Amino acid sequence: MNRFFTEEHEWIEVNGDIATVGITDYAQEQLGDIVFVELPMPGTRVDRGGEAAVVESVKAASDVYAPVSGEVVGVNEQLEDEPSLVNESAETGGWFFQLRLSDTAELQGLMNEEAYQAYVVALG
Amino acid sequence: MSLNQSGWRPEAPAGDSRGQGAQTATGNRALMLEERLIFEIGSSESCGVDLPAPDPAAPPARLGGLERAAPAGLPGLSEPEAVRHYTRLSRQNYAIDLGLFPLGSCTMKHNPRLNEKVARMPGFADVHPLAPQGAIQGALAVIHELGEWLKALTGMPGVAMSPKAGAHGELCGLLAIRAALDVRDDPREVVLVPTSAHGTNPATAAFCGYRVEEIGATADGRVDMTALEARIGPDVAALMITNPNTCGLFERDIHRMAEAIHAAGGFLYCDGANFNAIVGRVRPGDLGVDAMHINLHKTFSTPHGGGGPGSGPVVFSEALAPFAPLPAVRLADGRFHLVEEETQADHGHGQSFGRLAAFHGQMGMFTRALAYILSHGADGLAQVSGDAVLNANYILRCLEGELDAPIAASGPCMHEALFSDKGFAEGFSTLDLAKALIDEGFHPMTMYFPLVVHGAMLVEPTETESKAALDQFITALASLARRAREGDPALKSAPHFAPRRRLDETLAARKPRLVWSEE
Repeated sequence: MNRFFTEEHEWIEVNGDIATVGITDYAQEQLGDIVFVELPMPGTRVDRGGEAAVVESVKAASDVYAPVSGEVVGVNEQLEDEPSLVNESAETGGWFFQLRLSDTAELQGLMNEEAYQAYVVALG
Repeated sequence: MSLNQSGWRPEAPAGDSRGQGAQTATGNRALMLEERLIFEIGSSESCGVDLPAPDPAAPPARLGGLERAAPAGLPGLSEPEAVRHYTRLSRQNYAIDLGLFPLGSCTMKHNPRLNEKVARMPGFADVHPLAPQGAIQGALAVIHELGEWLKALTGMPGVAMSPKAGAHGELCGLLAIRAALDVRDDPREVVLVPTSAHGTNPATAAFCGYRVEEIGATADGRVDMTALEARIGPDVAALMITNPNTCGLFERDIHRMAEAIHAAGGFLYCDGANFNAIVGRVRPGDLGVDAMHINLHKTFSTPHGGGGPGSGPVVFSEALAPFAPLPAVRLADGRFHLVEEETQADHGHGQSFGRLAAFHGQMGMFTRALAYILSHGADGLAQVSGDAVLNANYILRCLEGELDAPIAASGPCMHEALFSDKGFAEGFSTLDLAKALIDEGFHPMTMYFPLVVHGAMLVEPTETESKAALDQFITALASLARRAREGDPALKSAPHFAPRRRLDETLAARKPRLVWSEE
């Protein structure tokens, strides 16, 4: 299993040294209808826990944090025209951006799917 | 006998007396008149005003070729058409003059008509901001006297009257703090804002170039003192609190907060938007506050929310008073002076952080606020805060059995009562209840704020509501709370009786149409 989760409700799927990042289905459900997504510029360096993207629902704007450090190598441009993709398929087609990992050791601190599900249940 | 020749024979109404489902050809519903956009009513081909034809003998325009070549495309309406358009629209609006306006965190109380009478006196209403000072001594006296009242009510020695609204006042306060730090060559980078503070506070701090750090709240809705005291340090310029806070609670540790921030060399800013809960009873200066804005359009009843501009004078402690902005009104030699330049050395404003607004402030709000203060007197103002708190607690205690009241157990609230959506049937939300409140004839309360409470409903009745009005509101809210608990599907499609049904907020945000176009 190469998919990990953060307490801030991002998911990250690792394939070699490239990781795809999005927000979880639980997060999109809590945010409600997504109306706008602001993505990072390819080439940007992001630090673990730093702001990497912004997601806006009808009533609130939320920061999306980088689960690990790295360089942005791709973004899901489809979200600019169809932010509703995040609601429809948060953990597949609604991905946000791709990173080239700087330090795979950073993945150690993240949750696996089982741990994340337990974490969400505990939130109530 | 003669028969009923006219045929007029009154009888009991048939069918559904509420007229549900009945259609009209016009879309109007009796006194509720439909109204199209003004561009759809008036044709740009016609003109509702009798303007003289262009004079062929007139000299050529001297606009350097910038004269408009194409029509402006303005709708041409006659005077009665224009009057009806805006009157019809105004009747679809809800206003404080129609009923209770329970917006928490934004005191919406009655605007006494005496204030309006005073504000319309030509000597106040018709003064020009550039009039010679000798000709407007009365207006300057009003600004000065109101400032003296605000200083007395807050126990603070300095005041700036020019800020135009609450957030502008916050800006004023933080700029004074920055000026005071600059003078002692003490660049600090951080402003601490508790989660129980108003939402504008972090925006103000960020606008002033500070890094905002959040301080959490305890389970009872107050600032987490452990977290606060652990964070305060030499890099913190100010702590911005709201007291009473957005949960409607008094921050009772405020003395400790003031001591901690002062000991670390920082300043205490207080958002005074909720001053109406403590006016006449607590002086923020005694609590250790260094700067606080006062929303004249809340505490002192001047109209707002479309009825008039805001006004947010700021009071300052001894430490910050020298840095207050200009212009300022000063009484010297029996005359009032509007001090406009730092270089007017004899007036002692050499350290002012500068000019915050073009002129002296919102004159029309000053006259109204002073009229309000003088008509109540000091004892009346103390009763204002007492009644505001009493009314909020009446609502809290009448409804805590119907709606979840997350912090009610910690004791009385201040001027606003906080409820949550806990206990609603699956799929039913605060939004559904708020929309149904429109059907009941009330403006909805503040919802989903403060953020720390899920599905928050924040109700501020203010002191101007009678017990009868509160009881009617409580009856409505209790009924809606029961329907939300039971999962009444009609709630999901509310409002049913408003000029427009529930709007598609998602579509409006995703595909906004902000400009009218002919389609």
